[in-house]
Amino acid sequence: MRRSMLFLPGNTPNIIINGDELGADAVILDLEDAVAPSEKDAARILVRNAIRLMKFEKSEVLVRINSMDSEYWKSDLDEIVPLKPDVIMPPKMSCAADVQAIDAYITKLESSLGIESNSVKLMPLIETALGVENAFQIAMASRRVCALQLGGEDLTADLRCKRTREGNEIDYARKRLVCAARAAGVDAYDTPFTDVNDDEGIYADTEYAKSLGFTGKASISPRHVTAINQVFSPSQEDIDYAYEVMEAIRIAKEQGRGAISLRGKMIDAPIVARAQQTIAMAEELLMMAGGGNE
Amino acid sequence: MTKIVRRAYAGTIESSDVYVELEPCDCGIDIQIESVVMKQFGDAIRSVVFEMFEQLEVESAKVKIVDRGALDCVIRARVEAAIKRGEAEQI
Repeated sequence: MRRSMLFLPGNTPNIIINGDELGADAVILDLEDAVAPSEKDAARILVRNAIRLMKFEKSEVLVRINSMDSEYWKSDLDEIVPLKPDVIMPPKMSCAADVQAIDAYITKLESSLGIESNSVKLMPLIETALGVENAFQIAMASRRVCALQLGGEDLTADLRCKRTREGNEIDYARKRLVCAARAAGVDAYDTPFTDVNDDEGIYADTEYAKSLGFTGKASISPRHVTAINQVFSPSQEDIDYAYEVMEAIRIAKEQGRGAISLRGKMIDAPIVARAQQTIAMAEELLMMAGGGNE
Repeated sequence: MTKIVRRAYAGTIESSDVYVELEPCDCGIDIQIESVVMKQFGDAIRSVVFEMFEQLEVESAKVKIVDRGALDCVIRARVEAAIKRGEAEQI
């Protein structure tokens, strides 16, 4: 479960060492935008050591590598793939061929290192106009792709427009990305909300992302993690309804009835599937709370 | 064997980081450490730094360490980065 994914600068030890305690379901150790070109080598070694020697028990670990138009991406993969990170996030993926090039390089590394094939997953970062238009092909380009991530800042630069609080300029991209990801059977993650001090804005932006079908949302600030987790967690009302649905199904089966209604509405397969997802998520959250994460 | 041929540094003096500076010399590994936790961890820091030089087969360098409470994995990373920045081709 990834409701929140928090970007952490890859060359900043005092942030990385606290990364597991910031409440995010996943942390993204960033080798790209958060690291100056002169420090790429040092960040790569630091991130490698952090993954190898620190215990991330509450947060999944992703690594954002540098883009393919830089000289760094292969060195990033050389250093990080041997550690079998949960997910690699390649930025500025604009077409299926981009994903396939990364896939091929990782495959070569997995083979030479004796790592099980396709064990390293990819979450392509879609942040160009071309990437948005090719989102479905990108999601289908490799078995490694587990989700698509939207990057609003670079995208608006590419669209030649301003990024606004309301986000109208990325609305098409958000909807297209969710549709492409769902069509390909993978998850979709929304772009970070960039105003760290706008506490109302983060809730509104996250609720909108959830309403479109996103699985979760990335963040650049620990201050946003609580809001994102709250919005992407099922409410007690959702959970109660999900259990009611499952109970109605059980009773109908016992009574041999085909058509089932609850609260005056027909219960069909998508409603049952949603109820099952809600219950699974609620149970997972209950286990995490028992483990002290919330 | 790896030879340090140029002055090189890595890391910062931010909290939880360590600044590592290397200079070529023929004096063996000569380490000077300044740390906010010198009394408690000075020996441990020295030992980690030595271990990294041994691991990366560096036999001689003048080393300055300014520690701001870095974890073991951070010290190892910064020493490695400094060595790679200061080394010559392996001979």
